[in-house]
Amino acid sequence: MSFVRKQKYLIDYTLSSLGRRPGKNLGLLLVYTLIVFMLASVMLFTHSLRTEAGLVLQESPEVILQRMVAGRHDLIPADYLDRIGRVRGVSEKYGRLWGYFYDPAVRANYTLMVPRDREIVPGGVVIGAGIARTRGLDEGDFLTFRSSAGEPVSFRVVGLLDHESELVSADLMLVNEATFREFFGIAEDYYTDIVLRVRNPREVRKVAEKLAVKLPDTRPILRDEILRTYDAIFGWRQGIVFVLLGGAILAFVIFAWDKASGLSAEERREIGILKAIGWETADVIRMKFWEGAIVSLAAFFLGYLLAYGHVFYLSAALFEPVLKGWAVLYPEFQPVPFVDGLQVATLFFFTVFPYTVATIVPIWQASITDPDTVMR
Amino acid sequence: MKGEAQWVQDMLRAFSMRKADLFLGSMALGIALLVLSFVDEALRGRAAVPGIERRAELVAALDLTDLALFTEARYTRHLTQADGHTGFQDHPLGLEHFPSGSLYAPPGILSETDELRPQTEIPD
Amino acid sequence: MIHLEQVKKAFNQGRTNEFWAVRGITLELEANRATVLKGPSGSGKTTLLSMIGCLSRPTSGRITLEGRLLSNLPERFMTDVRRSTFGFIFQQFNLIKGLTVLENVMLPAYPLGPDHRALKQAALGLLKQFGLADRADYKAEWLSGGEAQRTAICRAMINQPRILIADEPTANLDTRLVREFMAMVRDLVDMGKTVLLTSHDPMVFDSPQVAAVLEMRDGLLAEA
Repeated sequence: MSFVRKQKYLIDYTLSSLGRRPGKNLGLLLVYTLIVFMLASVMLFTHSLRTEAGLVLQESPEVILQRMVAGRHDLIPADYLDRIGRVRGVSEKYGRLWGYFYDPAVRANYTLMVPRDREIVPGGVVIGAGIARTRGLDEGDFLTFRSSAGEPVSFRVVGLLDHESELVSADLMLVNEATFREFFGIAEDYYTDIVLRVRNPREVRKVAEKLAVKLPDTRPILRDEILRTYDAIFGWRQGIVFVLLGGAILAFVIFAWDKASGLSAEERREIGILKAIGWETADVIRMKFWEGAIVSLAAFFLGYLLAYGHVFYLSAALFEPVLKGWAVLYPEFQPVPFVDGLQVATLFFFTVFPYTVATIVPIWQASITDPDTVMR
Repeated sequence: MKGEAQWVQDMLRAFSMRKADLFLGSMALGIALLVLSFVDEALRGRAAVPGIERRAELVAALDLTDLALFTEARYTRHLTQADGHTGFQDHPLGLEHFPSGSLYAPPGILSETDELRPQTEIPD
Repeated sequence: MIHLEQVKKAFNQGRTNEFWAVRGITLELEANRATVLKGPSGSGKTTLLSMIGCLSRPTSGRITLEGRLLSNLPERFMTDVRRSTFGFIFQQFNLIKGLTVLENVMLPAYPLGPDHRALKQAALGLLKQFGLADRADYKAEWLSGGEAQRTAICRAMINQPRILIADEPTANLDTRLVREFMAMVRDLVDMGKTVLLTSHDPMVFDSPQVAAVLEMRDGLLAEA
């Protein structure tokens, strides 16, 4: 009990001591908090997105076959479906039709697709919520684009894709097959690529190997690779995240260095006084520990909690300009709260530990000065 | 002038709180809020499951392969379907045009030598 | 009460600038009295004071308190003894800037972790005793010389020491305050404390409050 009391007294002293330079110490706390906020926001956001991508893309096609001509992705002939023939493990195979369209009116890219799960009337289009928002469209409105033949083609909006699915569908335009082929000028016997559904995940590689032999001018894209791509997204090695991390580490190092590089004459004198009035070396060290701990603990809690609110309640609003880049269409979505406890613990460790230790380091030297120096 | 902000002193005196108690109280509050955030995560995470399932269903229904995050260019929009000659140049100085290029790595398929393509010596 | 036997203190021992501040002092300090160490600057009185008060150790010789050896204790015990037996009043007062008068007074007791309310009461009591009750919340740097000194005295008293040591306590005070200070010394002796002062101010060592005057010169006691 007296241990707790003693720590409280030391905290009292430390707070008074920090209060002597309120501007400087508040500024330090602010910067420290900002860094923790930034790191935690990135950490929470990227983890959430990665987790969601992993869950949502679980249902992607197991194998997609792309035809390559002169190193580029080209249309795939429909008779390749026959050439594939029966492959063990493949439960379904069909052609996919999809493509891109650049809308000069708003300078946005759309993805046009032919859906297999619904019938769309000829000339009709189901648009993603992002397109609806960017062009201010609703059901019944018309969209006119220039087709590959150079003629204006009108589409009538017959449906909107759910706002809730924007993360995967914000820029989609669904049209029926005939409309698609006519608009892009793609002949009946070609598809964009071929999808193969394989039930057993262990057979996927085998299937891909067989296809590589049967159709040497194609390359298979496996669901496994899709998931791996999104698992690596926003990884720490990538440009902006790396710069952010590097900057944060640098800032921490600077703070710690400033603390660890020694005491000012005033601080030394203060320690001398404390020792002269009866504080032991150990007490001085404990007090200095609190000095580091108070600032870093406060910064951690403030920074992390603010980051949590920012990412999960404000949809990481501060990151939008960065993520949006030069795109015009950006999906509106709420990151789902997925938190990795280990990451939080790591953040806590790196926020609190180095700085606190840094405040103790110079004390070792100063605290062995004889207290009688204050007599002079 | 009495130095430290008078309002702080008045506040402390009003609550007859020691500075240490104020600090420890704040820490306790911080811990409580932290725990609350984990609870919030669990609750809202669970509440978000139907939404995730619906998105997954759409992915299955439309055979989607990518998130619609980066719509600037074809190869940023469909990361996983991108071929080799656009973006992700093999040369380390192949610079990115778009900011999003600094946010993701080349898709797995392009960064590994692949035993599934026995014809090609050079990766795509 | 305190006995010094052939106490010597050297600085930079073994090096070319070796200097003996105290060259062999034997004396007896009696309890419950005010004693003054007088002497010119450089006579070693401050060094002697710091050794008596367990702030530093003699190079040779012994210091005992009521028979108990003080001079060769390890640091922790020295700090313990210093805390419970001695109260210090420094020449420059050495209050901690940025802390209030009350905090400064309570400071020496912090490492002992006493009950907060009791400590605060004791500190306020001392402040009241020395006329500082209304300065309790003042920052140390805003005090006048006399107030600072009284604060230093209160701080020295918070752990209820038996012996008070003051180094040149009146050096920065004017006549009226010196007289007030000596009156406080008398009060302290009346309370049962032992007081040891260094000074080269005649108002101090010629004062009727002082029971004994020891003169030092060149690291030795001046009288035969």
